[in-house]
This record gives sequence, C-alpha cells and structure tokens, in this order.
Amino acid sequence: MSGDSKAGFIGDEKLSADRRIDRWIRRVFFGCAALTIVTTVAIFLVLFDNAANYFFGARITELLAGATLDRQVSFTEFFTGTRWAPSHAYPSHGVLQIVWGTTVITVGAAFISIPVGTATALYLAEYADPSTRNRLKPILELLAGIPTIVYGFFAVSFVTPVFVDGIATYIVRPIGRAVHWIGTALPSTVGVAGSEVAIGATLIGAGEAMMAQYVGRYSMLAGIIVVGIMTIPMVSSISEDAMQAVPDDLRDGAYALGATKMDVSLGIVIPAAASGILASYVLAVSRAIGETMAVTLAAGFNANITFNPFEEIMTMTAYMVSMARGEAAVGTVEYQSLFAVGLVLFLLTLLMNVVNDLLKRRFQEAYR
Amino acid sequence: MKRTEANPMTDLTSQTSQPDAERTPTRTDPDPALIADDLSVYYGEEQALGGVSMEIPERRVTAIIGPSGCGKSTFLRSINRMNDRVPGCRVTGRLDFHGKNVYDANVDPVALRRRIGQVFQAPNPFPKSIYDNVAYGLRVQGRDDEVDMDAEVERALRGSALWEEVEGQLDASGLELSGGQQQRLCIARAIAPDPEVLLMDEPTSALDPVAEAKIEDLITELAEEYTVVIVTHNMQQAARISDQTAVFLTGGELVEIDDTDRVFSNPADQRVEDYITGKFG
Amino acid sequence: MSVDVINRVLDRSESRSHEDARNRIFRWLLFGASVLGLVVLTLLIADVLWSAYHGLVTFDIDVRQFLTATSSSRPGRAGFAANILASVLLIAMTAVLAFFLAVGCAIYLTEYAADGRLTRLIEANLANLAGVPSIVYGLLVLALIVNDAGLGSVILAGAIALALLIVPIIIVASIEAIRAVPDGVRDGAYAMGSTRWQTIRHVVLPQAMPGIMTGTILALARAIGETAPLIMVGTLFHATRYPVTTDPASWLYAPFADFSAMPTQIYTWTFLAQREFDALAALGIVVLLSVLVLLYAVAGVIRRRYETDGGQSHD
Repeated sequence: MSGDSKAGFIGDEKLSADRRIDRWIRRVFFGCAALTIVTTVAIFLVLFDNAANYFFGARITELLAGATLDRQVSFTEFFTGTRWAPSHAYPSHGVLQIVWGTTVITVGAAFISIPVGTATALYLAEYADPSTRNRLKPILELLAGIPTIVYGFFAVSFVTPVFVDGIATYIVRPIGRAVHWIGTALPSTVGVAGSEVAIGATLIGAGEAMMAQYVGRYSMLAGIIVVGIMTIPMVSSISEDAMQAVPDDLRDGAYALGATKMDVSLGIVIPAAASGILASYVLAVSRAIGETMAVTLAAGFNANITFNPFEEIMTMTAYMVSMARGEAAVGTVEYQSLFAVGLVLFLLTLLMNVVNDLLKRRFQEAYR
Repeated sequence: MKRTEANPMTDLTSQTSQPDAERTPTRTDPDPALIADDLSVYYGEEQALGGVSMEIPERRVTAIIGPSGCGKSTFLRSINRMNDRVPGCRVTGRLDFHGKNVYDANVDPVALRRRIGQVFQAPNPFPKSIYDNVAYGLRVQGRDDEVDMDAEVERALRGSALWEEVEGQLDASGLELSGGQQQRLCIARAIAPDPEVLLMDEPTSALDPVAEAKIEDLITELAEEYTVVIVTHNMQQAARISDQTAVFLTGGELVEIDDTDRVFSNPADQRVEDYITGKFG
Repeated sequence: MSVDVINRVLDRSESRSHEDARNRIFRWLLFGASVLGLVVLTLLIADVLWSAYHGLVTFDIDVRQFLTATSSSRPGRAGFAANILASVLLIAMTAVLAFFLAVGCAIYLTEYAADGRLTRLIEANLANLAGVPSIVYGLLVLALIVNDAGLGSVILAGAIALALLIVPIIIVASIEAIRAVPDGVRDGAYAMGSTRWQTIRHVVLPQAMPGIMTGTILALARAIGETAPLIMVGTLFHATRYPVTTDPASWLYAPFADFSAMPTQIYTWTFLAQREFDALAALGIVVLLSVLVLLYAVAGVIRRRYETDGGQSHD
C-alpha cells in the first residue's frame, strides 16, 4: 500500500472509463426497454392510421397536413351492414358478418375449453397424485406448444371429414329422416286451443333441413372444436395455478366438518380461486379471438351470419389471411380494410387483456 | 440531506464539517484509518444508526458487537457505501477514510470499495473457478496486465490459508468447496486487490466450529497487514480476536468503545455490562 | 354419545353410499376431462403420421426428393428444402434481433431501473404485448416495414415480425432467471468495487444465462411454427427457389430474399385441397414437429443440467 495513493478513492482514469461504459450500457438497455413501449405505440398508430385511410380516404398524418376528407366507407355501413365483401365487384363493408364468425367460434370454443379446462385443473389440483400430475401436465404443455398450423391440418384431415362429417352423417341426417317421417305421419296442422298449429308441416320442414346437412371442406363446428381444444391448456394451467394458491387451511376447515372431496372442490376451492379461474377464461377467449391459422383452415372463407354449425363461416382473422394471400394492392380499399379489421381485432383483445389483468391482480391481492 | 443513491455525482450529505486539523485523536498509536463523526443512517423513516462517532485504528482488529437489529451491520455497510444499494437509504454525518469524507460528492463508491474489501455473513463465491474468483478484483480494476496474476492469486490464497487445500484444483468451481473453504476463498478474493480495510460481517456465523477456529486464526494474522472491522454476535469471538471492541445497542446507538480487554473486564456502561453478562438482548 | 351413535355415523354402508357414488362419478368426470388432452394429442399425431405414410405409399412421394427439392405447383415435383432453409435463416435472424433486445430490456428492468412509474408502465405494457394476437404483429410489419419502408416481403421483414412477437416471452423468462440470482453474489461483486455493468457481465449474466437460454429456445420454438404473421408480411405461395445459393456472396443478401417458411408452405399445401398436397403437408408437419422436438430437447437438457449442477453450493 503506497502512501500517495491513499486518497485515491475519488476514481482514476481506468474507473472513469468503466463508468462511461456503464452509462452507455445503461442507455442502450433503456433503449431496449423503451422499444417495447414503442412497439405498442406503433401498433396503435399503424392500425389507426391505415384504418383512417379506409374510412376517410387519407391517413391521419395526411389529414393533419390538410388533405381533404374523402369518405370511402361510412361507419354506418361498417358497423351495421350485414354483407362483408370488400373485394367484390359490388363491394360491401358490413363487418358484422365476420365479427359474427369470430364471435360464434369464440363462444362455441369456450363451451369446450372452459368445462374441460376447469375440470382438468380441478383434477390436477385436488385429485391427482403426484405421479399422474407429472404425466398429465407435460401433455397439456405439449398441446399448447403445437403450432396452430398443425391444428389447421388436423381440422382439414381429421376433425371435419371424420368427426364433423360423422355427426352429420350418423346423427343429424338420420334424426332428420326420423323427424321427417313423423311429420308425414301426423296431420299437417292441428287445432290446439282454437288456433291452428302446423305440427306436421313444421316437422317435415325441420326434417328436410336436417337431411340436407352435408359437410364440405370447412365448417363452423370444426372451427369451434379445434379452437376449443387449443385453448384447453390455457384454462387448465392458469386455473390450476389459482387453485393451488388457495391456502390449505380453507380446505382443512371444510374437511374437519366432514365435507367430501367434491364438496371441498366445488364449495371451497373453486369459489376461493374464482377470480384466478375467471382470468384464465378471459385469456382463453382472448386467444380464441386472435386465433388465425387453425380457424382459417377449419371454418373457411365464406362470410356468413348463420347458426348452422355445418356451414362454412369466416372469422376476422380468416378474412385477413385471405386478403393477404390475394393480390390486394397497397392503397386500395381492400388493402386498407385489413387494417380496419385488424384494429377491431386488436381493440377486442386489448379489452380482454385489461379484464384479464384486473382479475389477476384481484386474485393476487387475495392470496399473495 | 439527500438520498445516497449509487450516482457518484450526487451531493451526498450535509456535513457538520470541521477542519481535519482540529481533530485530536484520542488514541495516539496507531493512526486511525477510519473516523466516524455523528454518522447516522436512515432506511426511509426509520433510523438504523444513531449518530455514531468512533475511530478505527489502522492494522488492528476492531470488533463490533451488539444484539440483532442494533445497526452493527448497517455501520459496516456504511463504511464502503454498500448502503447506497438499499433503496430509500439516507446517510448524515461524516465518515473519514484517510481524512477524506467518503460521503463527499466527489467520492466514487466504486473506487472506495476497491480500497475497502468486504466478507459477508454467508459465503458468496462467484460461480467461477477458484482462480477466477481470486483474480476477480484485480481484473475489474483493470490491473491484470500490470501484475503477475498467478503470483497474486497464490499470495491471496496463502493469505487466507487456503493455498495448501486448493493448490492442485484452481480450475475447479468455487462452489465445489466446503462452506469454510468457500468463506476463506471469499477472504482471498477480498484481499487479492490489496485493500487497506477489510470489513467482515459475521463471517463465521454460517460455519462449523472447526472452520470458525481457522478463520479466527486467519483474522489475527490479517491484522498485521490490514485494518479489520468485524461484526459479530459472538462475544467470545470478539474477546478472542479483537484489539478494540465497540458495543452497539438497540436503536443503532454506540454505547461503548474501548480496548477489548477493558470492555469485557470492566465496562463503563451498565447496559454493556448487562449485555455482556447476558442480562440484555 | 353412545357407541351406537358413533357406529352409525361411521357406518358408510347406508346413508353414505349415495354420497360415495356422486363423488366417484365426479372424480371420473374430472379424470375423463383431463385425459382428453392425451386423447387429442394421440389422435393428432396419429393423423399426421397416417397422412404422411399414406402419401409415401399411395402417391409414391420420394422422401429424398422431398428433403432436397424446392416446392412446386405440381405435387409430384414438390419438395420442402427451400422452406427448411428459409425457416433456418428466418429463425437465426429472429434469434439475433429478439435475444439482444429482450435481454437488454430484462437487464434494464431488473438491474438498472428504480421501481418507478416508468418501470411499472413498461411491465404492464409487456403483459399487454404478450396478449396481442400474432397476426397483428404481421400487420404492423406489413405496413411499416414491407410497404412504408419499402423493404418488401423478405426474410428480414418476417424475422422482425417474429422477433416482436417473442420479445415479451424472452423478457419474462429472462427477468425470472435474473431475479433468481442470489443477491449475496451481487453484493460480493459490488463490494469488490465492480461497476454495475461489471457485476452484470461477470456475475449476474453467467448465472442467469441457462434460464435465459431455455426461455429463448422455447420462444424460438414458438416462432418457428408461427404462420399468420408471415402470411401478413407476404410469403411466396410456393417456395420454388432457394433464398440463398451456393455462392457465398448470396448469403449477404439472404435477409432481402423472397421466401416461404415451413409453416407457410404447409398452409399452402393444406389450403390447396388436393390429396397429394395434403400428404405433402403432413410430411412437412413431420419435419416441423421434429425440429420442435429437437428444440424442446435442447431446452430440457440445459434446464436439467443447470438445475442439478450449477447455481448453489453443495456442502
């Protein structure tokens, strides 16, 4: 230790070089973090900017620079029209048709993923012994890790021709034939309480409708099944985490009163984990809304407001795929419609994400 | 009063500054390496160290004892400004290291720490080889080309009485050593860049008695070259190895400081006597 | 209480048998639901393998040609090689773009940032970004990079879309790995007089790297199967030419080559509704899934090695 260096903790040249590096690295890393914000802002701007072009014939930037407003597609047509065909010779811009496609598939898928996912979570959290758990959980993770395009192929090559067609061929059409037969056996109309009720005719009509159900390459039902299956792991893994986080004291209290495992599962665990479980549902719905490849290959490309599960139907994402695959030139209304639909899609999922976040936070406040 | 964040440019403290010349050291021999003057540390609203004034003599072992939560670790961490890393930590008063207040605005805590080594309660070797652990300090200081690294590593490992045990396996991970060996590796790491002061925060509390005895012998030897400040909750340890003992009591208050023999045989303060005889804490 | 009463309460044969049946049925229902995943997975893999086998046998597809030829509008001539090559280039670029951005952000959030409003905003924004549908990232790149910047539908544009998509995933995994590094080791480095960056580079990152790598590989596994963003960016219908040639100079222009990756080619083949193309799609899926299995295996090996070996002392 040399005496003259004793006051040298103010920093020497070498250290100030290190300090400079440190400051630069900090700036670069801050830049990385800021870029994630920039991404979000860019998504907003790009979608709004191009959607403005779709509605007003000019980008927001151009409008601000004084471009004249040239209404291309009115909001009335967009939000209330019922025919979606932007690239048709007689174009029509009723987005409801493809919003319906997304909605019916999302809701239908939720009817699969929510019960199955919740039951799976409950089994894993409350019933399964560790070795079963360790075997089932990786399978669910694998299911979540399979690319959506593979589910699309699965829909085209198995779900539709085997499962959906099977339902149409062996269940719906035979029932239709039976209903039709009953209808022909009954009188066409029957007087009930003074008014005429068309029993026979109604049954014949219903039977004929059911007998006419043939499944093409695409169907709503296939879309519902595939999206439902794909979102099961989301529901099950997040719900299970929520159930695992329920403190054991609550369970013990119920067991001590002589409750069965089922009582505890349904009466204690699920209510206690409710907000966490709900968060998983919201997340699954959000994923279903944004799901693209599987639903495109399963449900098809025919914009159609229908309740018939055997018909082809188009979701918002499927429209975007078909438009991107076609040759929509930049600047055309068809090209801009991509962004109008993308904006609707983005805002819908953003809403879901916010709700999911609120639910998650509520659950964390309760148990952590 | 400002927060003492890691930024070296911050004006750190309000000082009740006196010219250094006016200081009259209470102990003439040896010179003090560190002088604390009304040093207080706050974590948010809570005061962890209450106006401590004391001198730490050069090349002696100064032990700091006291019950848990008495601020002894806080004091230790305020010497090399490790408290800067604690969010919401604030320091007032001054701490002179060779006549220079380490809380002065132009003091770089990183440079300061390169002159004051620290050994922690739990051994914390880096997930690197034994050799790289010991060489770490010289390397981050950019001194690896001006020294013979092999020789420096050997010197530090001999200094921490670990050389014989690891001589053939310098490339092995530091994590493969036993707990006691790991702590001596951490001591070797701390002394390798040749600091002037060595801070030790309960360095044997996580070790078995055999390892503890080895480290205690080592500390006595280290004091020939380094100024050692050791925090311990073990009064026997303080009595065995230190030259001077400071007793902190609850609230971060320094109650007594004197030669170790005197503190243990004839404490001036009744509370210290109670603490030492086990009536307190 | 008499012994009789206790016996009656404990006797399960009468009043409890109904309760037991309900419990048993409930338990079996739950079990059935949880094995549904296994059933679907089995069906899906069987379906893909069967279709691929069917293609090899019925349509006489030559595996060697499949793996070495470019795609074609005539199924008899179509191969997957250009797509495999494009996917490799695409993922390599994605990895470079995403890794540094994500790890930089994770380091900033864990080691540099104070716990302020900006940090919370960035973290909340990450959660939101992770929930944005992948097709929207494709739309963003289509507008900004492909058209406004005039880059065109090239591999680099696809890589940017995929990188934006997986950055939040890598950030979350990296933050977790960095936070798992014990603070004692950080203290040790700072007490040795390291600057923040020296501490991060020499002490924090080496320990967090296995976790960061595992997270990155899993994110890349997600990216390699992503189809929708690439379709938005615009890919070739059939990859009838290679993005690079054997000429080393052509590799410099690889980022600016037209392409169709593995999943987009699979989409085209599936979309075309010809049995022969379906068989090609199945074979393509076999290749894609094999790559995924490989990536998962690598991630698993890294995770296992460092879980049992590194990190903590064993004494």
